[in-house]
Amino acid sequence: MILPVVAVCVVLLAAAGVLALVRAERGPSMLDRSVALDILTSTLVAAVALEAAWAQRTDSLPVLVALALVGFVGSVTIARFAAVEPEGEGRVLTREEIAALETARAERAEEELRRVDDEHHGGGATGEVKQ
Amino acid sequence: MSVAAWETVLDVLASVCLLGGSALTFAAAVGLVRFPDLLARTHVAAKPQVLGLILMLLGLALRLRTSAVLWVLVLVALFQMLTSPVAAHMVSRAGFRTGKVRHDLLVVDELTRDMEAAEEEIRRREERPGSPT
Repeated sequence: MILPVVAVCVVLLAAAGVLALVRAERGPSMLDRSVALDILTSTLVAAVALEAAWAQRTDSLPVLVALALVGFVGSVTIARFAAVEPEGEGRVLTREEIAALETARAERAEEELRRVDDEHHGGGATGEVKQ
Repeated sequence: MSVAAWETVLDVLASVCLLGGSALTFAAAVGLVRFPDLLARTHVAAKPQVLGLILMLLGLALRLRTSAVLWVLVLVALFQMLTSPVAAHMVSRAGFRTGKVRHDLLVVDELTRDMEAAEEEIRRREERPGSPT
């Protein structure tokens, strides 16, 4: 009698987990992700409870207690260190964007090197010149 | 009623609770994906999710039918009701202070009003440096 009920519950919980993962992937901010992971933990607790109800077993109850206790630590920690994120920071960069950032960084490093080199090898005396 | 009949009644009640809990968990996840800003999403994590979990635990208790198990499940529900408001409050506050709240969606915005009043107060005190603080 309980099998069809459990089947429906499993489908609902699995869908809930997938939707929470979708929100965790989309973001857009770190806090949205932490809320999504909170929901995912609660869904996990519900799934463990469902399995215990189906098999009528009691040995997985400590798992429920532990998950209910530590589930919120993640969100509170992330909330404590939340910072203002620039627009577009909260997404995964595409390959081209990473390449562009890398070239810009290489150019900056090159520039730096050239400046230092000029000073050391026959460049103008730009520092203190004692007469 | 015989023992078997009672067991059937309890099983049916447990099934209803498990179904309701799963449905609420699913509704919370749908809200998490569809709601427009951070505050609405923390609401989802704080309210329907907790009620759904409590219904699941009630269903589990009705199915296991042991008093020792009942107290463990009460403990789990209690922890959940203690921790999820804390998490939701911390996330909302951090979101408000780092500008992740859409002010056009708010119906009541008491925090902005209070912060403006506090800034006004500070400005007034700075204008009169001789006054006691």
